[in-house]
Amino acid sequence: MDFQVVVLAGGESKNLAPLVSKEIPKPLMPVANRPVLSYVLELLEANNLKDLIVVVKGKDAALQVGGWISGAYVDRLHVEVAAVPEETGTADALRAVAHHLTTKDILIVSGDLVSDVSPGVVAATHRRLGAVVTALFCNTPVSGPSDTGSSVKDKGRKPPRVNIVGLDQTRQYLLHVAAGAEVDKDIKIQKSLLRHKGQMEIRADLMDAHMYAIQRKILQEVLDKKEMFHSIKHDVFPYLVRTQLKSEVLDHEEPRNGLNGEAYSPNKLDPRIAILNNKTHKCCAYIANKSKYCSRLNSVQAFCDINRDVVGEAGHLSGYSFSAQNNIVHSSAELGSKTTVGPHCMLDGGSKLGDKCSVKRSVIGRHCRIGSNVKIVNSVVMNHVTVEDGCFIQGSVICNNVQIQERVVLKDCQVGEGYILTSGSEYKSESLSKR
Amino acid sequence: MAQKKTHRPSADDPEVERIPLQAVLLADSFAQKFRPITLERPKVLLPLVNAPMIDYTLAWLESVGVDEVFVFCCAHSQQVKSYLENSQWTKQPGVFSVATIESHDAISAGDALRVIHEHGVIRGDFILISGDTVSNMSLAKALYEHKERRKKDPHAVMTMIIKQSKPSVLTHQTRLGDDEIVMAIDPETKELLYYEDKVDLSQRLILLDKMLLVENGAISLHNDKQDCYVDICSLGVLDLFVDNFDYQHLRRHFVKGLLVDDIMGCKIFTHEIQSSYAARVDNFKSYDTISKDIVQRWTYPFVPDVRYLGNGLQIKLDREGIYKAPDVVQSRSAHIDAFTVLGNATTVGDNTKISNSVIGQGCIIGHNVVIEGSFVWDNVTIEDGCKLSHALICDGVHLREGVILEPGVIISFKVEVGQNIVVPTYSKVSLLPQPSKQDSDEELEYADSNTGAIESTSMATVMNTSKLDFALGTSDANISGKPEFQGSGPGYIWSSSEGGTEEECRQSIAPIPAGKLLELLQSKISDNNAPDQDMIITPASGELLPDSESTFGDGDDDREYVDFEKEVEATFQRGLTGVEKENVILEINSLRLSCNMEQADCAGALFHSIMKQALVAPYSCKNELYANTIKEIIKWGDLLKHYLTTTDEEFEVILKFEDICSGTTRDFAPLFSNILTFLYDKEILSEKAILSWAQEKEGADESDKIFTKQAEQFIKWLREAPEEDDEDDADA
Repeated sequence: MDFQVVVLAGGESKNLAPLVSKEIPKPLMPVANRPVLSYVLELLEANNLKDLIVVVKGKDAALQVGGWISGAYVDRLHVEVAAVPEETGTADALRAVAHHLTTKDILIVSGDLVSDVSPGVVAATHRRLGAVVTALFCNTPVSGPSDTGSSVKDKGRKPPRVNIVGLDQTRQYLLHVAAGAEVDKDIKIQKSLLRHKGQMEIRADLMDAHMYAIQRKILQEVLDKKEMFHSIKHDVFPYLVRTQLKSEVLDHEEPRNGLNGEAYSPNKLDPRIAILNNKTHKCCAYIANKSKYCSRLNSVQAFCDINRDVVGEAGHLSGYSFSAQNNIVHSSAELGSKTTVGPHCMLDGGSKLGDKCSVKRSVIGRHCRIGSNVKIVNSVVMNHVTVEDGCFIQGSVICNNVQIQERVVLKDCQVGEGYILTSGSEYKSESLSKR
Repeated sequence: MAQKKTHRPSADDPEVERIPLQAVLLADSFAQKFRPITLERPKVLLPLVNAPMIDYTLAWLESVGVDEVFVFCCAHSQQVKSYLENSQWTKQPGVFSVATIESHDAISAGDALRVIHEHGVIRGDFILISGDTVSNMSLAKALYEHKERRKKDPHAVMTMIIKQSKPSVLTHQTRLGDDEIVMAIDPETKELLYYEDKVDLSQRLILLDKMLLVENGAISLHNDKQDCYVDICSLGVLDLFVDNFDYQHLRRHFVKGLLVDDIMGCKIFTHEIQSSYAARVDNFKSYDTISKDIVQRWTYPFVPDVRYLGNGLQIKLDREGIYKAPDVVQSRSAHIDAFTVLGNATTVGDNTKISNSVIGQGCIIGHNVVIEGSFVWDNVTIEDGCKLSHALICDGVHLREGVILEPGVIISFKVEVGQNIVVPTYSKVSLLPQPSKQDSDEELEYADSNTGAIESTSMATVMNTSKLDFALGTSDANISGKPEFQGSGPGYIWSSSEGGTEEECRQSIAPIPAGKLLELLQSKISDNNAPDQDMIITPASGELLPDSESTFGDGDDDREYVDFEKEVEATFQRGLTGVEKENVILEINSLRLSCNMEQADCAGALFHSIMKQALVAPYSCKNELYANTIKEIIKWGDLLKHYLTTTDEEFEVILKFEDICSGTTRDFAPLFSNILTFLYDKEILSEKAILSWAQEKEGADESDKIFTKQAEQFIKWLREAPEEDDEDDADA
């Protein structure tokens, strides 16, 4: 398929502090001990989309990401890594790589997408409907621990609303989008669009998965013309949806003689013909099946959720094979006596657990040293972490090289790279990091 | 009909059988769209393809298994009653009973339902329908759904019947001539969430309350649905009308009122009919459309040749949809085209062409007449050489030789039109004068055309304005050309209603002329090419991350605030004219709630009004202005203080003051410090607020600091003051 893919991988995301650091930029954050970017890359590879440009924010991060990609995907994908400065919007990032784009259609994918929705289907829908832009929407994931005991009070809550989407009857054409701050305001629907289609389904339960198939010419024209557009999601995409009935992007593709008034005069008598001549373009949506997994790693909560899901209900994404206990324990991991590793857990190579430990619904990275009588529930522990005896860790994220001394209790905390927790301390809902 | 009864849905369902199914039929549309005809005959008795409209409605009600019908009549109630008494409906024995309820002071559907509630005849769910509805749908499913919903949720008070009908993109009206309706419906439960039948065409956007989506994951928004004006109501609907005595219009007040009101929690649901027919004769255009639908048999079995309706004469259906009653005398050379109905004992002369028209009983049509797309009622005489196109001719009209009726003409009862007169397009001719214009405003739209009081006054006022004998002219510039009604009786040409020609051509019998369509098309295209105003609503986010929360323009809030400020000012002005201070406070408070504003916004807006008031009195130098301002502040200080409970609000006032000085009225600028000091002295502003304002401004731009500089001394004094206060306290 002659789609070029632009992967917007991000850099040191502020939303994810303190989990991202110089050493681990956002694209390399571990999801089940694999960089999150690998999920997108492998998904693209599986769909035979192999011509990629990965845009990373920040030079250092780009070097790291480039190094990792060239190591891991050397013969498999044709990848160019481009660095853009920090504080660059997604549209600006595309502007920076626009001169590399050559194919008729471009697929823009966010680097933090963890999904099994085939981008090939999105691309095919785009081509089939002759759309200017096609976006992937999926059902909003319910965040937070799904079925653990602690979440009883959250049972009744509704998924957060991230997008408001207007679709036509066939659910193929996109008539309205609202994102960001607009979501919480009253809904404003363009009447002309409603009249055009007669009916519109407005949904709040869909999430924009940040996968857009878009015609290159149009993308480049919008990027050139609208310099104040900084974001694909907030500016370019809504702009295209908004102007679909009076397209400003198709001008030059219309035959020139059409602008000549005399050439049109016979048609003027028949209003229908004149309406057809009106410039319109199509914006489409591909709505992923409910059974598909689709999530974006764009917050600390999402990081925990995705890690839990990938070793749990969406286990097929991780690429590992699960043991009979429904967990993944690396052969080189050592477990002390009376230590249990529950289902939906992952324990990677070289890690050691002492006696009488209990691990539930958690991911533990490589070469961790975990003492005795440690309980780890619903947490992510990255690599080279030392946890001494008698600690209790729940709902937390522990970054690389953290030292946790004896009898520390952590609940819903994030501990940044290399932090040292002194013995006996207790934290709740805190974000701990060196700086 | 006896056969039909055995097929009643109630026969199958024991539960339905216990409660007789009732229907309320409103034999009054509470509108004036069929004037001048309705001045003389009630709308429900106007013939629709040679049978009174009410017969279609009653026949349908009987066919869906209704047991009792209460016909509410108001205008011309005697005519309706006597018609029903002599008709098959009351004479025939059987389960189906028709009773009339009469009221003379009802001016709206709301009043009608309140009267019906007083009578206490309705015992359960009922069908609410207006007497001008033509339908052939089966109600069993809708009724079942309604009852099932009622079992689960007693708040589901009403089920509305809707039908697919996409309005024209150009004219924004359905084929029935109704304006487009925007409805939001829950796709799963079919609950109606939003209803707007008066869509403001100048607005490009539809605003939906965000709360709609909070409660529903998805809603579907339609403008391709037509409201059939057939409702299945529960008894609670009558109570709602009694409780809310200001509900007048069934849709505009009742439906919208229920949708907005979330205290009672009443819900309205919709039922969409797919293949069956339901439509209401609401205006001349729908009269035309529905007549043609009947002739083309969309409403089967309610068609002329089936003996449900009218006088029971056997009407014969020829090919090409030509219906002929017995005793039609037709010249050999007369040419009757497709989709034409000829009534009983009608004579058609030589070389006459009739197409797409309905001709009533006992008409005499001369030679060489051309009739197309027209409706000719009973006992009409059309002399030789007349040309009728898309006209409506009432009973007893006499058209002399060579009369030409242009498209959209309405000729009311017994008018005589003299030889060779050309009646211009969209004219309405009646023997009765047009009521004066002032009763055609919004309030009185519900006023029925024929309630005695209005009638008599209008008769008196109009007499001298547009009365025309023999030579008939026009008082209105909308109608060009003044026809001479030679040798005929007196008549009046009615001037067009408030909608002007625009409305007339939209709701006329005649199709919209091509020229008009072209005009609309051009305006639409130019509209499309116009710069898009809603672009501005979403400026570039300028944010870094794809998932960043961008701060969209506060344009909306600003606009809201400006509106709010205007309202407050208006309230304040009322306060000047002597309204009690408590009432002003009350009004402002309710404004605040309705506009969703903060207490601080109130204070700011009120302060703004006071300062504006100070400008009203004449002044020549700044000292006079100062004096005026002081006066106003003293006068309204108490009112203002009511809103200044915390420092935040006082802070807002200072900011507002700064705004006024730097923006709208620069006259205050030199007085800023003085007035500020005065406000402090009067204890309207506390020193804390002033100091925090000064502090806030310290970091601001130089241009922003003009006023802090002006008030520097005062602020300095304030800063030192606290210590003095303390000392004072210590001394005391």
